[in-house]
Amino acid sequence: MQTISEQDRRLIEAMQDGLPLEPNPYAVIGRRIGMDEAEVLRRIAALQACGVIKRFGIIVRHRELGYLANAMVVWNVADEQAALLGRRLAKFDFVTLCYRRARRLPDWPYNLYCMIHGRDRKVVMQQLASIIDRCGLRGVPYRILFSRRRFKQCGARYLSRATELERPPVTARRAVGR
Amino acid sequence: MTHRNHDPINETLAMSELDKQLLNEFQRDFPLTSTPYADIAARIGVTEQEVIARLRQLRAAGVVGRVGAVIRPHSIGTSVLAAMAVPAARLEQVATLVNGYPEVNHNYEREHRYNLWFVVTAADQDDIDAVLNDIQRRTGIRVLALPMLESYHIDVGFKLHWEPDDRDIGEINANHQ
Repeated sequence: MQTISEQDRRLIEAMQDGLPLEPNPYAVIGRRIGMDEAEVLRRIAALQACGVIKRFGIIVRHRELGYLANAMVVWNVADEQAALLGRRLAKFDFVTLCYRRARRLPDWPYNLYCMIHGRDRKVVMQQLASIIDRCGLRGVPYRILFSRRRFKQCGARYLSRATELERPPVTARRAVGR
Repeated sequence: MTHRNHDPINETLAMSELDKQLLNEFQRDFPLTSTPYADIAARIGVTEQEVIARLRQLRAAGVVGRVGAVIRPHSIGTSVLAAMAVPAARLEQVATLVNGYPEVNHNYEREHRYNLWFVVTAADQDDIDAVLNDIQRRTGIRVLALPMLESYHIDVGFKLHWEPDDRDIGEINANHQ
């Protein structure tokens, strides 16, 4: 993982809530952080080229688009097979995320995760069957966890608590909130 | 299960051809030019004002979260997936408590004994640990931290299928290598 310059970090933070829906949005972003428009455009392109920005564009919300079934499928695969299987799973276009994560034994033995978004449960179950069939996952222990309520979904924030002077630390906020 | 019988698109916001083009073609490779909305407009044959107005409506309706960057995990700041097994009677209260942290950017109820799943993103691991410990202390419920070790997915945007019968079983995305 490469380190990110302070300038790039500020640029990413300035875009966290989205590009303004105005005719010259990059100029608007630049004004917030004292960067000119050409530099904003150059830095976004550079961050895309080096992979820090995975994707730049319209970010859709599945549920509002009628993709009401959201399943997190977790597998318990041999660690040495995780990368191969993960890359296979990730190629299905209904798989929107695919990660290897740490197990938490004995409570949680699963180490490979993928997210499937479908219009309904029936479709998702068919998609899962297709994955199991085509990725050689028969007999591999898994769980499918459909989502129920969505309590929160928003873009990530990366600001450090140390640099956010207006915001008191966690425990202090807790006292205030009670 | 508030969304079970609710298809927001079909009921409240009919998807026009303009919407389909916007959502299909501009989830990635968004124009990096002085006037991106005018450039999109020129490509799909409408005016800049129409593109901007429609994106504002789609955002207000929640269909579009934002126009912007998806950052590769752990390239700026760090994040962790966390799970809790919350007694049903306390779920709403605990979910609200978890939502109260600005570091929490996703928080879902899922069908499992571990029924509350959320993502914490912060500048560094100390901030993450502070949030998880705080949640644990305030709720008295153990928080299972499940850090990411490796990512396999290349984000090319989500391929939308507009017809409910367009079932998309087992199609492999041609955009992947």
